[in-house]
Amino acid sequence: MRGTAVKVDNLVKRYPTAVAVDGISFTVARGTTAALLGGNGAGKTTTLSILLGLLLPTAGKVQVLGEDILRHRYRVLPRMNFSSPFVDLPHRLTVHQNLLIYARLYGLPDRRERIEKLATDLQISAFLERPAGKLSAGQKTRVALAKALLNDPELLLLDEPTASLDPDTGDWVRSYLQAWQARTGATILMASHNMSEVERLCSEVMMMKAGRIVDRGSPQALIDRYGRTNLEEVFLHIAREPRIALEAVN
Amino acid sequence: MTHELRFSAGRVWAMLLRYLYLLRSSWPRTVELLYWPTLQMLIWGFMSQFLYSNSSYVFRAFGVLLAAVMLWDVLFRGQLGLSMSFLEEMWARNLGHLFVTPLRPYEWVLSLLSMSMIRVLLGIVPAALLAIPLYHYSIFAMGLPLVAFFVVLLIMGWSLGLAICGLILRQGMGAEGLAWTVVFTISPISAVYYPVSILPGWLQHAAWALPSTYVFEGMRAVLFEGGFRADYFFSAAALDVLYLTLGATVFFIAFHNARRRGALLQMGE
Repeated sequence: MRGTAVKVDNLVKRYPTAVAVDGISFTVARGTTAALLGGNGAGKTTTLSILLGLLLPTAGKVQVLGEDILRHRYRVLPRMNFSSPFVDLPHRLTVHQNLLIYARLYGLPDRRERIEKLATDLQISAFLERPAGKLSAGQKTRVALAKALLNDPELLLLDEPTASLDPDTGDWVRSYLQAWQARTGATILMASHNMSEVERLCSEVMMMKAGRIVDRGSPQALIDRYGRTNLEEVFLHIAREPRIALEAVN
Repeated sequence: MTHELRFSAGRVWAMLLRYLYLLRSSWPRTVELLYWPTLQMLIWGFMSQFLYSNSSYVFRAFGVLLAAVMLWDVLFRGQLGLSMSFLEEMWARNLGHLFVTPLRPYEWVLSLLSMSMIRVLLGIVPAALLAIPLYHYSIFAMGLPLVAFFVVLLIMGWSLGLAICGLILRQGMGAEGLAWTVVFTISPISAVYYPVSILPGWLQHAAWALPSTYVFEGMRAVLFEGGFRADYFFSAAALDVLYLTLGATVFFIAFHNARRRGALLQMGE
């Protein structure tokens, strides 16, 4: 029994004009990679934001690495991290300055060695002294990953980790994540639109639609259940089938 | 002590370092810090020289206008220094990264306050030093009362800055202009350049509700009468405590609401 990294119970996030997350429950086992999959507005990023403690839910319980994130977020934040291509690091600071500040925020004792090691692993050494705003999309993604791995997180949350990357860079990032997880035994939970990425990386998929989890399972189990040939076809089927939103699975 | 409250000087230093890197990365920002206080000092220095021979008010103490200009800048730069560092995070859309680290909101606030003090000192001290050879006037001659005035005005600037940052967190970047404008609404009733007795009676009540009024009246007492008004200082300090509590409350409530609304990830230009 590996234990549970994330346990979400009847989570609701209601805004005055919309329900972003509508009573979802799920668990993610330690050492696995899971994905929240769904179209725009399905509630994936909202769920990740709640798991990170950036957003307070309307109702529900969230346990991350054994701690109630709503009551004890500071016990668990040092053990997790987050990366998203939609949240840039400050542009005018150099990559090294940015990493050094985050290393200090995580209280790392061996900051320079850690940055050096990650810079080598993620092949960002050549532009460590360049302002973060002057990097290409691929370089930014690798720098964001370096920031996310600074504290050797037990849980890594990723929002669209390879969005806007060319296929070669996207493949490099996916390979790196696979190797990193195999080496560290960490848990990864990602929100993604990229079906081949999810098929390749994830052992568990939660299909979201209109704030609900409408189906779940391994990528292969979902493909088999819907009689399709790949996860993209499953995604399209769920997205286009109006009745599915009403059949939430918890 | 609970994890929620556990303080880390290292995290405060990390955030301070971030703002110092920013300052270092842009020489126009550093020049701008020095530019306005120096320009103000020059204008009011020459004006004082002119009035010295034409005004009994300035004749009583040559430095009264210069000291007022420099002390007003402590309040203004104190507020603006805090607000600017805060706005840097908004412009960079960086809150989503910062608050998934163990950084506590109050540690962030401490770094904003520290950076505000650094900005004030960087701006005011060169101007004050330049006044010595130019006008043979040293604000440092005020001695210890100057330290008291500085502290009261800086804390008042922080109180305003925190409240303004709270409003920006609540209203979004559309409220950004408040950082440059709000402080000037209290300038006329703070009795910066003239005694509070000049104001209409009803406005004097409002003036005495501001710590800054006690500082500028106290400054004139030092310059004209050579005595430090401890009663003014303690009144100003008590008001500072009140306003700082209010400012911090507005900020932390707005921060909590931003977490509830999901604004920490979205807040930005």
